[in-house]
Amino acid sequence: MGRIYDLLLKDVRFQEGLTACMNCGVCTAICPAAEFYNYDPRQICNIVQSKDEEKMLALLKSDIIWYCGQCMSCKSRCPRGNVPGLIISVLRKVSQELGYFTESEKGRQQFAIKRTIGENIINIGYCVHVEKMDPETHPEQGPVWRWYVDHAEEVVDRLGGNYKKKGSGALRAIAQENIDEINQIFEVTGGSEFYGKIEHFSQEKAKSLKQTTDDEIDMNDYFNRVYTENTKDHQK
Amino acid sequence: MELKKRYWNEYLKEIAGDNYFYERSCIRQTFFPGSEATFLKVMKEELGRNIVDNPNQHTCTGIGYHSDVVPFNTTMTICARLLSLMKENRFQHLVTSCVTSFGLFNEVVETWKQFPEELEKTRHYLYKATGREFDLPANIAHPSDIIYKFRKELGQKMKYRLVNKETGNPLRAVEHIGCHYSKIFSEQSIGGTEFPHVLAGMIEAWGGEVIDYPERRHCCGFGFRQYLIKANRGYSVANSRKKFESMQPYKPDFILTNCPGCAMFMDKWQYAIAEMEGVTYDDKGMGIPVLTYEELTGILLGYNPWDVGLQLHQVQAESLLNKIGIPYDPQNKYIGVSGKLLGEPQKPDFLRV
Repeated sequence: MGRIYDLLLKDVRFQEGLTACMNCGVCTAICPAAEFYNYDPRQICNIVQSKDEEKMLALLKSDIIWYCGQCMSCKSRCPRGNVPGLIISVLRKVSQELGYFTESEKGRQQFAIKRTIGENIINIGYCVHVEKMDPETHPEQGPVWRWYVDHAEEVVDRLGGNYKKKGSGALRAIAQENIDEINQIFEVTGGSEFYGKIEHFSQEKAKSLKQTTDDEIDMNDYFNRVYTENTKDHQK
Repeated sequence: MELKKRYWNEYLKEIAGDNYFYERSCIRQTFFPGSEATFLKVMKEELGRNIVDNPNQHTCTGIGYHSDVVPFNTTMTICARLLSLMKENRFQHLVTSCVTSFGLFNEVVETWKQFPEELEKTRHYLYKATGREFDLPANIAHPSDIIYKFRKELGQKMKYRLVNKETGNPLRAVEHIGCHYSKIFSEQSIGGTEFPHVLAGMIEAWGGEVIDYPERRHCCGFGFRQYLIKANRGYSVANSRKKFESMQPYKPDFILTNCPGCAMFMDKWQYAIAEMEGVTYDDKGMGIPVLTYEELTGILLGYNPWDVGLQLHQVQAESLLNKIGIPYDPQNKYIGVSGKLLGEPQKPDFLRV
């Protein structure tokens, strides 16, 4: 077996997600990402099933594996019980572990997700939180969002919450001992190491894009770039 | 008819009747905190059920997992920590407010059952990191499952029905079910993937009419990374627009969802499309109100619409309240917990509010 295929096989989700795809294309027929992006889950399963290392390497470096929206509509339709959405997750994991994700515009976005969702988890114990959703970067949330953010404690507590305070209730402050245990779990399970890889490869990419070998590089610039960059024709 | 009933039984699932461990949703807490408070109130005060809201709980990492920054080992162990809290509380029935979390816990537990070495590995990781131990849940339900289970009992307590008070006709509802509720583990959803009934059952029990439309089962488009990253949001709004265009000819009075993300997206993308393209999907330029199932339950029981949180929606809900005949005080809408008036949100340019 090749190196990439070996890495995929080690993941229990790959063993679960791909069993004798017969290339019927029903997954592609129902896939929303296939509707709106240049994306074809049937083709991805085909490539992976072929075990062609060269084609799999190209996949790991491409935008293609980042188009899936993880809705799992594919699972509901596959006559063989395969889950292309799950195979995508494993491909994305390997792409990040090996650093190939920085070769594509969509892959580079993982840095922004790590810096937002990823760091929210280990710092405050929430994936998303009112105080982390700046209306400036979320104009689609509408003027009601701006009003809500400006008066979060008054509104949340009126609605039965416990905004950033001790005890139970919506949007409470999660006690530090819980945050500490979350971080210990990340350390022991390889989550911290994975975050470190995303940071490391992203910093290397940021340096090469700026054509500098400086040890100190402003990753805020890189964050803004990957968060907003949409240069290629990704759509059908 | 008997045969049909027997076949339908295959599409139902076991839902625990009491003694629930409530696992909160990051998205629900953030966007519609009143919905979680309403669910807890309904469970305790209307149904007399035992439900614990453990303050030491936290994210299950579902959004991080499905946007591929949190490895599966880490996610499994974080889920295990939540189960260890449930064990401390001596409960066995998990109720996950978030649909992503519902799908995730089902995925994790199924992984542990089919790959016992993964369960052992998780036990080892959790103990090494925290000294904690956990048990597998005896039952995993979504709160919408529980409201469905008790829909008839709740219906008898309700002050209002899903009926147009002027015409006497049932109100027409689009029900939208979160993908991770029914597409991943069909047997874990009421009605399975093909005949989802968790929300339709509520609507019909409470007097309304469910609209079947071509894109009923299409994803709303959250797409995890497709929304989290600004550059990708076109995907997200395109999915919702496909659904809106499909439901429009059927003239729904409201949209009901059971997923925290879907409720937010179907509300906010109507606003965004109105501002970008000057289009709404009703005939008054106001949009189609989107409600969470907790909000709908609460307002039909007679709770103050502004205490359940309808003021946080960008598409205003007053048109629906008027149709049902639910009274509301406009002066009370933007009051905070201190009783202070908090000003009002600015009005959008195109969407009428």
